[in-house]
Amino acid sequence: MTATLTRGAERIHAAFARAGAEGRAAFIPFMTAGYPTAEGFPAVADALLEQADLLEVGIPYSDPLGDGPTIQRASEQALAGGTSTRRTLALVRDLRARHDTPLVIMTYVNPIYAVGPREFMRLAAEAGVDGLILPDLPPDQDLEIADLAAEHGLAVTFLIAPTSTPERVKLVAEACTGFLYAVSVTGVTGAREGTALAEVPAMLALAREHARVPVAVGFGVKDAATARQVAAVADGVVVGSAFINAVREGQDVGALAAEIARGCRK
Amino acid sequence: MTSSASVTLPSYPQPDARGRFGRFGGRYVPETLIPALDELEAAYLAAKADPAFLQELDRLLREFVGRPSALYLAQRLTEHAGGAKIYLKREDQNYTGAHKINNCLAQALLAKRMGKRRVIAETGAGQHGVASATAAALLGLECIVYMGREDIRRQALNVFRMRLLGAEVREVTSGTQTLKDATNEAIRDWVTNVRDTFYILGSVVGPHPYPAMVRDFQSVIGEETKVQLQALEGRPAPDAIVACVGGGSNAIGIFAPYAYLPEDQRPRLIGTEAAGEGVDSGRHAASVAGGRVGVLHGSMMYLLNDSEGQIVPPHSVSAGLDYPGIGPEHCHYSETGVAEYVPITDAQALEALQLLTRLEGIIPALESAHAIYHAVQLARELGPEGVIVVNLSGRGDKDVAEVMRLLELEQPQGQRGEVRA
Ligand SMILES: Cc1ncc(COP(=O)(O)O)c(C=O)c1O
Repeated sequence: MTATLTRGAERIHAAFARAGAEGRAAFIPFMTAGYPTAEGFPAVADALLEQADLLEVGIPYSDPLGDGPTIQRASEQALAGGTSTRRTLALVRDLRARHDTPLVIMTYVNPIYAVGPREFMRLAAEAGVDGLILPDLPPDQDLEIADLAAEHGLAVTFLIAPTSTPERVKLVAEACTGFLYAVSVTGVTGAREGTALAEVPAMLALAREHARVPVAVGFGVKDAATARQVAAVADGVVVGSAFINAVREGQDVGALAAEIARGCRK
Repeated sequence: MTSSASVTLPSYPQPDARGRFGRFGGRYVPETLIPALDELEAAYLAAKADPAFLQELDRLLREFVGRPSALYLAQRLTEHAGGAKIYLKREDQNYTGAHKINNCLAQALLAKRMGKRRVIAETGAGQHGVASATAAALLGLECIVYMGREDIRRQALNVFRMRLLGAEVREVTSGTQTLKDATNEAIRDWVTNVRDTFYILGSVVGPHPYPAMVRDFQSVIGEETKVQLQALEGRPAPDAIVACVGGGSNAIGIFAPYAYLPEDQRPRLIGTEAAGEGVDSGRHAASVAGGRVGVLHGSMMYLLNDSEGQIVPPHSVSAGLDYPGIGPEHCHYSETGVAEYVPITDAQALEALQLLTRLEGIIPALESAHAIYHAVQLARELGPEGVIVVNLSGRGDKDVAEVMRLLELEQPQGQRGEVRA
C-alpha cells in the first residue's frame, strides 16, 4: 500500500476493520445491476445492504467468461432490460444516496475500454463507487488502470486462484489497493453442491505474506455453513450466485442474507 | 521440404515478451488461467526446439494430412477475370477439408507431450471441431467440442462427423448461439478443468501464446507457397495474396512468412472480412471495417462492440467467419499498413462460390469464396503481368446444404438448380 490511501480504499479497509472488531468476516454480497429488472434491482440491493459490510454490484456483460450459468443468465436478462454500463452507474448513484456502505463495481475490462478508462473512472467516482473488481484483468496486463482508478479515488481488487503460483500471488497481492479476492475453487462463479474449500487455507496463508489489504474469499459460497468455513480463515466472504438464484425463485433475499451474514461470525 | 533433418517452425519478431503485437493481444483472462498459459508457452517453446516433435509433426502433415497442398494455377478463373494470374493454394485438399487440421494436429501432439488426456475445442463451421476430433482420435485423446445451437443447425453434417469420430459435441445455447459463445463456453470449461485439460484453440485469437502458436503452426501454408511459386514463377512472392479472415488463422498462415520481409520484397497482403449484408447494415462480421478496439476471449483486438462495450452479435453467411473479432496480429498489420482488409458481402461470396465451381470444378467453402471474389476484382486491377495467390482455405462440402437453401430462396419457381456463372 502506498503512503496515501485513496478515499475508496480507506472506506473499504474501514468496513473490514469494523467487521473484524465485531468478531466477523466482512459479509460481501454480489448482485448483477438491473437484475431482475432495472426497477426491481434497488429493492434487492436494499435488502442485501441491510446486512452487507460491502456490496459488490456487477455490470451486466454480454460475454462474462469468468462466470457460471447463474450470473451469465442474470447478465443476459439485465442487458435485455436495458441495463448496461451507464445505467449501472446510475443505479449505484441511487444506492449511494441512500446508504453509506462501501460499493464496489465488478466489471470485465471491455466496458472500461469502451467508455475510455479515464472517463469510466470519472463516471464511477461521480456515482459514488469505492472500488473496482476486475475478473479478467491480471494486474500486469494493464499498468494504467490501477493508476487511473487511484487518481479518481477508487480502490482496485484483483484475483488469485488455487492455480496461482507463489510469484503470481505476490504480484497480484501487491497490486491490490481495496481488498484481495481469493477465488476458492478452480472454476467459474456459481453456487455448487459440495463446494470443496480444501485449497483455501494454504492459498490464504500465502496471500497474507504479501497482501497489505484485507483478503476475501468467493466463488461457490452459498449458505451459512460454507460462509462459516470461509470466515474461519478469511477477512471477508463474497456470495453471489446464491442471491441471484434466490431472486429468480422469488425467495426472501433479506432473510437469506441475514442467515449467511450470521455464518460470517468467527 | 520433406527432408526431416531440417524441419523447423518459423520464428517471427512479433509478438513481444508480453504477447503483444503493437498494442494488440495480451492475456485478458481470469487469473486461474495465467499459470496454464505460462505452462503452455514453455511447453510450446520446448517442443518447437525439439527435433523429435518437429519430425513427428512433419510426418503427420505429409502422411496423414497430405501436405504439401498444391499451388494450382486457376486457368479458367484467370481467363474469366481477364487480368493477373490467379493461383489457388489448395488447403481444401487437406484431409478433413480445410487448413484447420494443420493447427489441430500440432496442438494435439503438444497436448500429448504435456501429458494431457482431455482436449476441448470450440467450433463455428465445424471444421475446427472435425479437425480436433480427428486429431484426438488419431492420438487417443478424449475430445469435447463446444458448438453454438445455430451452427449445429447450419452444419449438421460436421456435427455427425465429430460424433462418429468419438468426440462429444456440447450444444451452446447462451448469447448468439454461434462461435463467440462456443468460445466463451470452451474457456469456462478450461478455467474449471485447467489442470488436466488442453484447450485446442482454432484460430489466431485468444490469450498469448495462442495467436503466436497457431500462426506458427499455420505458417506451413505460406512457407510451401514460397517454394512452389519459386518453381512456377521463378520468384517466391506473388504481387498479392488474398485470404479470408474470420479469426484469421488461414490468412496469417499464408501472410506471416511474407509479412516480416522488407517492404520491397513483400507482396500486397489482403484479408477479406465477412461483410454479411453490408458493413452499413449492422449485420456483418467485419471487425476491421466496422469494429473498434476492445477485448474479447483474452486479447485486445478490433471488435464489434457498442459504445458501452457490449459485444455486438456478428453475422455472416459462412459460419467460420461469423466472429466479432479478428486476431491481434492482423490488427497490428492493419494499423501499420502491412496488410489491407476488405469487406466482402454474403451475396458476393455466394456469387464467387458458384463462379469457381463452374469454372474450375472446385466447390470452395463459403469462407474461401470471400477471398475468391476479391481476387477476381484484384486480378483486373493488377493486369496480366500480375500474380495473385488465393488461400483456398477449405472445400465446400460442409456448405452445400446451406448454399442449396440460399439459392432456392433466391431463385423464382421453376428455376431450381439454375445457378449463375
Ligand atoms: C474453410 C474455412 N476457412 C476459413 C475459416 C475461418 O477461420 P480463420 O479465419 O481462422 O482462417 C474457417 C473456420 O471454420 C473455415 O472452415
